[in-house]
Amino acid sequence: MSHPRPPAIELTGLRKSFGDRVVLDGIDLAVPAGSVLALLGPNGAGKTTTVNILSTLMRADGGRAAVAGHDVAADPFAVRSSIGVTGQFSAVDGLLTVRENLRLMADLLRLDRATGQARAAALSERFDLLPYAAKPAATLSGGMRRKLDLAMTLMGRPSVVFLDEPTTGLDPRSRRDLWDIVRSLVADGATILLTTQYLEEADALADTVAVLDGGRIVAQGTPAELKRRIPGGAIHLHLPDAAGLDAAARAFPDGVRHDETSTYSLPAADGIPGLRRMLDRLAEHDVPASGLEVTSPDLDDVFLALTEPGRVAADDTRKAAR
Amino acid sequence: MSSISLALKDSRTMARRNLLRMRRYPSMTVLLVGMPILFLLLFVYVFGGTLGAGLPGGGGIGADGRAAYLDYVTPAIVVMAAAAAAQGTAISVAMDMTEGIVARFRTMAISPGSVLAGHVLGSVVQSLLAMGALLLVAVGLGYRPGASALGWLALVGLLTLMALALTWLSVALGLVSDSVETASNLPMFLVFLPFLGSGFVPTDSMPGPLAWFAEHQPFTPIIETLRTLLSGTAVDGATAAAAVAWSAGITVVGYLWARKLYRRER
Repeated sequence: MSHPRPPAIELTGLRKSFGDRVVLDGIDLAVPAGSVLALLGPNGAGKTTTVNILSTLMRADGGRAAVAGHDVAADPFAVRSSIGVTGQFSAVDGLLTVRENLRLMADLLRLDRATGQARAAALSERFDLLPYAAKPAATLSGGMRRKLDLAMTLMGRPSVVFLDEPTTGLDPRSRRDLWDIVRSLVADGATILLTTQYLEEADALADTVAVLDGGRIVAQGTPAELKRRIPGGAIHLHLPDAAGLDAAARAFPDGVRHDETSTYSLPAADGIPGLRRMLDRLAEHDVPASGLEVTSPDLDDVFLALTEPGRVAADDTRKAAR
Repeated sequence: MSSISLALKDSRTMARRNLLRMRRYPSMTVLLVGMPILFLLLFVYVFGGTLGAGLPGGGGIGADGRAAYLDYVTPAIVVMAAAAAAQGTAISVAMDMTEGIVARFRTMAISPGSVLAGHVLGSVVQSLLAMGALLLVAVGLGYRPGASALGWLALVGLLTLMALALTWLSVALGLVSDSVETASNLPMFLVFLPFLGSGFVPTDSMPGPLAWFAEHQPFTPIIETLRTLLSGTAVDGATAAAAVAWSAGITVVGYLWARKLYRRER
């Protein structure tokens, strides 16, 4: 199991411009086989362009991209037979029924009839599509249509799956369903590159998060590593009553009082020594804290800290270029 | 499997998809088949009594004229039916392009030409059915084609070639349109072009420049050839050659244009 496998997706110095607008300004990425990489970034950061290049829909202006060991520019056909793509916009045939859509995929994948039917049945079962088998795709809810979309993508058993903002516009339950599906794909050994604007999603699914902004990767690491890189976070003291909250406020005037939850929040302590000083001070002031909770910064903090300055800089260079 | 047999298999899959879509969206098919039939009724029963009387060798005003005009106008309306079907092709290609499904096809290991070939095959079938339906209605109204067995074979061949030309051209028009609305308007000229030819009145009754245009536009030799094939009279070789040449030329231009448009990034 620990045997290192070659990366399933590898990008070096990938560049793409539309006219004089630079969308990708030298992207380097390596996604190990069987892992999930989340490409995180604001609108217009270049996430979809990256997916479009990797899925052979677009050609890069420079750099190299390989998927499943095949160069996307030199051998797009080989790349296509290894990948599955579920884009931002529904890629189902709205006039065809769920069953016919899956059959269409089976025919295009040139599966024999029995295999095609078996896969369609298994995926319909897994994605709760069976009750809708005879319904035209256009009549499905957004969540069900996205599931059909993904089921069609998986008919070919792709080893590399691209999910471009797979849960945008879905209700929370459908989003959770989709997350479960992604996890089961990884369990089956697929490599996944997903783009998202939702930090929670990257946090829940990704082994590695790459933050894309202004056409560059501005940060890369596990969700935990990224959170450690930036300051933030808080300590929440649990107090029994209003008198306890008063005592906490006297001890730490810079905190925030939450009467409704009977907690008192402080800025994060400076490591273990800071935590010890805080505990000493609680004792000195007889603060009757019944418990405490330390929260690390969430990916939202990471996102805001990393993308905003970068975006301004990128906009400035673009203006200068014009 | 060789790449050609793969391309054929993919094209067949795509054509089946398009025929299924036509069945699922019958209102457009009904409209496209129904409109030429309405035109036939309009021209025969409203205008036919008078227009027929003006034809060389036409009967008098009224029933005789109507019968003569039915004979004269039916080939033009058959062509119009193919043009109307082509309009449907442009719409369905544009609809496809605005949806995500084509992006999915482009990321699959299938023959790249099969998406358009599927549209063309499906549309040609639809077009031939529409023309057949129109001929049946004309027969119901009293039209009596005098074509021989060989004549019918030649007729089906020419109609298929013409449908192919109009379909490839409208696939390109559908691709060049940035919206479904544009795609439904662009091929309109194809429906009107037969009017500016020998389809409805003989070209020598038109004023000079218009008559020149009418004699030299592609639909005129096609309609003339159809008319002689249907009536069972001798086909003029040069006219038939022009009809085939126009159809083949438009097919090639439409195909190359469509292929170029489909290959560009979007």
